[in-house]
Amino acid sequence: MSEKSTLTEAAVGTLFDALVKSGWRVLGPKEGAERIEIAEIKTATELAKDGQSVVSAKGTVFPKVERLVKYRYEGKNVALEDVQPNAAPTVLFGVRPCEARAFHALDVVFNWDYKDTFFNTRLANTTVVAISCTQADESCFCTSVGSRPDDSAGSDILLSRLKGGGYVAEVLTDKGKALIALAKGALQPPPITPDVVPPATVAPAFDAKVLEQKLASKFDSPLWLEQSLRCLGCGACAYVCPTCVCFSIEDEADTRQGDRLRTWDSCGLRMFTLHASGHNPRDKQSQRWRQRVYHKFAYYPDRFKTLGCVGCGKCSRACPVDMNLKQHLAEAAQG
Amino acid sequence: MEANIYKPYLMRIAAITDEAPGVRTFRLEFADAKDGEAFQFKTGQFGLYSAFGEGESTFCIASSPTRKGYIECTFRETGRVTSSLADKDVGDTIGFRGPYGNVFPLEKWKGKNLIFVAGGIALPPLRSVIWNCLDLRDCFKDITVVYGARGVNDLVYKHELEEWGKRTDMKLVTTVDPGGEKPGWSGKVGFVPHIVEQLAPPAANTVAIVCGPPIMIKLTLPVLAKLGFGKDEVYTTLENRMKCGLGKCGRCNTGRSYVCKDGPVYTLAELEKLPAEY
Repeated sequence: MSEKSTLTEAAVGTLFDALVKSGWRVLGPKEGAERIEIAEIKTATELAKDGQSVVSAKGTVFPKVERLVKYRYEGKNVALEDVQPNAAPTVLFGVRPCEARAFHALDVVFNWDYKDTFFNTRLANTTVVAISCTQADESCFCTSVGSRPDDSAGSDILLSRLKGGGYVAEVLTDKGKALIALAKGALQPPPITPDVVPPATVAPAFDAKVLEQKLASKFDSPLWLEQSLRCLGCGACAYVCPTCVCFSIEDEADTRQGDRLRTWDSCGLRMFTLHASGHNPRDKQSQRWRQRVYHKFAYYPDRFKTLGCVGCGKCSRACPVDMNLKQHLAEAAQG
Repeated sequence: MEANIYKPYLMRIAAITDEAPGVRTFRLEFADAKDGEAFQFKTGQFGLYSAFGEGESTFCIASSPTRKGYIECTFRETGRVTSSLADKDVGDTIGFRGPYGNVFPLEKWKGKNLIFVAGGIALPPLRSVIWNCLDLRDCFKDITVVYGARGVNDLVYKHELEEWGKRTDMKLVTTVDPGGEKPGWSGKVGFVPHIVEQLAPPAANTVAIVCGPPIMIKLTLPVLAKLGFGKDEVYTTLENRMKCGLGKCGRCNTGRSYVCKDGPVYTLAELEKLPAEY
């Protein structure tokens, strides 16, 4: 299903007002003092026009810190309290298509075997309105991982900016239909020859299928050491990544009660795999860098029939020592 | 709505046994009897044990599924969670999630000889399957256990070793590293791989189950290969670090395998397909 209509600037305003009035939480890329952040927005004018948020929107469905279990001590006993995900109806408005597409890579992990109710409840309560990307930079590589700047995969509604202002809205799902209905009176039929701002040009840097084939015989290649010699093991790449799903579970408690929390984690950190005995299966940073690449580009396709990467380039932009994933992968896909 | 997969069972500590310096066994009973009645596991599986306020740790279920009404775990006091667990008394409440992971394929082993090779704190996962096989003794042919530790004090389940040593329907060989013996020690002195080599169990119709520190496993596997054990007849159980046990948190991921889902039990043939990140 896919229906198109025109959403004028005024209609976007109407939609926002309707959303706020009906108690929806609206999140989107917001221009901050120093960077674009995914934050709560009240009016469409707060949306960052172009460029990417530093940290991804994955926190909408997989928060940085989330309570899984709550308990109280009662003498020698412990009482567990029921914990429900706090998942208000949410619209993720104005994110780039790469962000929208990333939710699938999270979904496969949270549901391939045991079903994660925390993730599922949030995802079910989230409607994604993406905007076709009109500005890419040297870190972007969506076209190398089977996508494109105006990809509609993962979006409930995909907006394409019209040159004269406003958007063409392509409604892709029932969730999208329900959302756009809030602006019903303000909607207009789509232009016959829509004059949209052309999507950004992202030249393919490598072929993900070729990369996967190459990785099969490159596990012991010196490449991983060469590429990661400058890696600090800081984990910033995983922190900003829309698909990195690795997490930790930690307790936080006082003398009477406590919470068991899920927190983002990263395979790039040394402690991640450290055994209690002191043995560490991935003791060197090069092994951890290799795991990051293999997990996303070899193990994911093998196991989940999808890539663990959407080519957004956030990791490269956030890396304090300028490791560039696109370049490193292009290198690995050669030879 | 789907159930909360992270919610633990509440378990009451029914008994505590000191096994070796820093090593304890808890016998755990379900605080809610209904949970206990519904609970089932198979040998080889593990769980996440939690000290509320400190966190969760991964250990195997060290008791046999043939022993109903309780589970046991054996752990060494090492970090934050295990230190807190070690402070607990009988009657205290801890958390347990599980059972997780795959199992030792006892059905496949029927009618075969079994040789168990364990080192140090790695006897607990094998203790579950050893008792399981002993409780179904008629299903298997010869059962041999080779168990070594650094020193006499470090051997775990000392009372059970004594019991196994007296049984006529199984063979127990205990050993300690050179220098680890004490006056009156009647077992062997020497490293586990050498003892297995000396013992030279015939490989025909025999399954070997090996668990121990990485170095012990590394040196025992070539011995078994020399004795003629096929790669599908050698089993081990991995102990990668885990947080969820549910195939999500990513810690135990090794190659395409999630140790918590595809393991912890692997044959040597399966293990050789994984990168050596365990």
